[in-house]
Amino acid sequence: MRSLKDSVATAPTLPLSTGERPRERRLGPMMFLIVLWLSLLVAVVFLLTLIVNIVLEGGSRFGLQLFTEYPASSPDRAGARPAILGSIWVIGVTAVLTIPIGVAAAVHLEEFADKKHWFNRVIELNVQNLAAVPSIVYGLLALAFLTLIGVRDKNIVIGGALALSLLILPVIIIATREAIRAVPSEIRDGSLALGATKWQTTWRQVLPASVPGIATGSILALSRALGEAAPLLLLGALVFVSFDPNGLLSGFTTLPIQIFNWTGRPQEGFHELAAAASILLLGLLLLMNGLAIFIRNRYQKRW
Amino acid sequence: MASAHDDAPMHLRPMHTGQVTDHIARPIMRVENVDVYYGDFRAVTEVNLAFGLNEITALIGPSGCGKSTLLRSLNRMNDLIDGARVDGEILFHGENIYGKGVDPIEVRRRIGMVFQKPNPFPKSIYDNIAYGPRVTGMKVDSMDDLVEESLTRAALWDEVKDKLKQSAIGLSGGQQQRLCIARAISVRPDVILMDEPCASLDPIATMRIEDLMQELRKQYTIVIVTHNMQQAARVADRTAFFTAQVSEGTGARTGVLVEYGTTTQIFEDPKDQRTEDYISGRFG
Repeated sequence: MRSLKDSVATAPTLPLSTGERPRERRLGPMMFLIVLWLSLLVAVVFLLTLIVNIVLEGGSRFGLQLFTEYPASSPDRAGARPAILGSIWVIGVTAVLTIPIGVAAAVHLEEFADKKHWFNRVIELNVQNLAAVPSIVYGLLALAFLTLIGVRDKNIVIGGALALSLLILPVIIIATREAIRAVPSEIRDGSLALGATKWQTTWRQVLPASVPGIATGSILALSRALGEAAPLLLLGALVFVSFDPNGLLSGFTTLPIQIFNWTGRPQEGFHELAAAASILLLGLLLLMNGLAIFIRNRYQKRW
Repeated sequence: MASAHDDAPMHLRPMHTGQVTDHIARPIMRVENVDVYYGDFRAVTEVNLAFGLNEITALIGPSGCGKSTLLRSLNRMNDLIDGARVDGEILFHGENIYGKGVDPIEVRRRIGMVFQKPNPFPKSIYDNIAYGPRVTGMKVDSMDDLVEESLTRAALWDEVKDKLKQSAIGLSGGQQQRLCIARAISVRPDVILMDEPCASLDPIATMRIEDLMQELRKQYTIVIVTHNMQQAARVADRTAFFTAQVSEGTGARTGVLVEYGTTTQIFEDPKDQRTEDYISGRFG
């Protein structure tokens, strides 16, 4: 075998300094880079315009009154208190309804179901498709269901939560499945080889290891539900709510609906209020997404 | 059981127990006429083996010869693979582990396993060891004592006794593998199966595991799959050589047991040409 020294000494000596690259090797990459930057710029400029516009318009109304006051006929006395509380109620109930069911469904599909069986393949395909169904369809579904069981006043917390649960259930199932799939099979093997049952292995190893992924997915799904208005509008949530929601059967409105309501009013003051409520909504969404990113980075498992 | 035949003259003994296996004084496990299938594919065929109590048996052979498949059949880990099936009998203390009414969970507790890649749970060192006794509902007077005993037997106690609450993921590869061995012995198995336990370790960590195996054999029976012939020669009392037989019609590769004997005999006086070719480095 030749030593490294020999091979270096006998290699043909081509100079490394070849001067300028040919034109197309210089300009092509440059053009592409410029296009990429422009695309990014368009996206960021739109977002910034939106935020700046909202802040300029609603900044003056973004104060304590927004949080403490009820809607009123005069913008100077109106606030979004019932909408804020309504959003909290609806999202809270949605989370309680959806996360256990979604996680359980994902665990079944990932760990227990026979993936080759046609029935499970149909379910799998359906879950993927359901995630892409427009939100208003879920509103219709919830409306039909509530009518079927004879609920007369459908603008209630549990009704809204039902519609939003249907909406984000597929998202949570998919996120949880991803998280479960990311747990290496070596961990399962290690547990089973000790004499643990499948159930113990899932409950004590797989699920704890996928909690960060499940939390991230759930928070992102809930933040989607928080900004959703269409399915709730179908249930008749666009009412003048001047009381605090106080239970599952209580009437309610939410922030996006309150914003929608105020935007449709003629007075300029209400438009400012709508902008102020938008700042709050954007802030909440940013907070939730930030939390999701934090959890993902903080607890990401390195196997 | 087979022991009834032990006093019979050689030619009257049942063929399937094989010749060499009858020489083992105290077999704890017997593999009798075992074929392992994945669906229609036959991965291993016609294996007859016995593992002696407190002995180390090495399974060697080229890649794809079915030695890992056979190993995973020995504690029913193969059940977890879709379509895997075992024909023949694998007897553990005389009882067929694939027999009716046998719970694979109990089989896996009695016959432990250490894997190729160290796979500590993402928990503390303490919880890694305590996990097995907890899930199997073992009656334990003092979990602290059991953890210490397991870690001591795995020659890891001195290195980790001050950081039992720290995550096991922070240990070095060799330490992680010894932790996995400690974890395996925490549920008090009789047999420990090792699937290339040193494949991902450096030579020094490998040496420590090999030393450890010599200690462990006093209390446990060890079956080890290894790619490393020197390792088999260093640690094993007996060695089984497998190879892949290519079917002429379909080209399917099926693992067969070529030769089984004491490690000295296999390495110094192989009876089969294929064994000799393999250990002298002519193929595989």
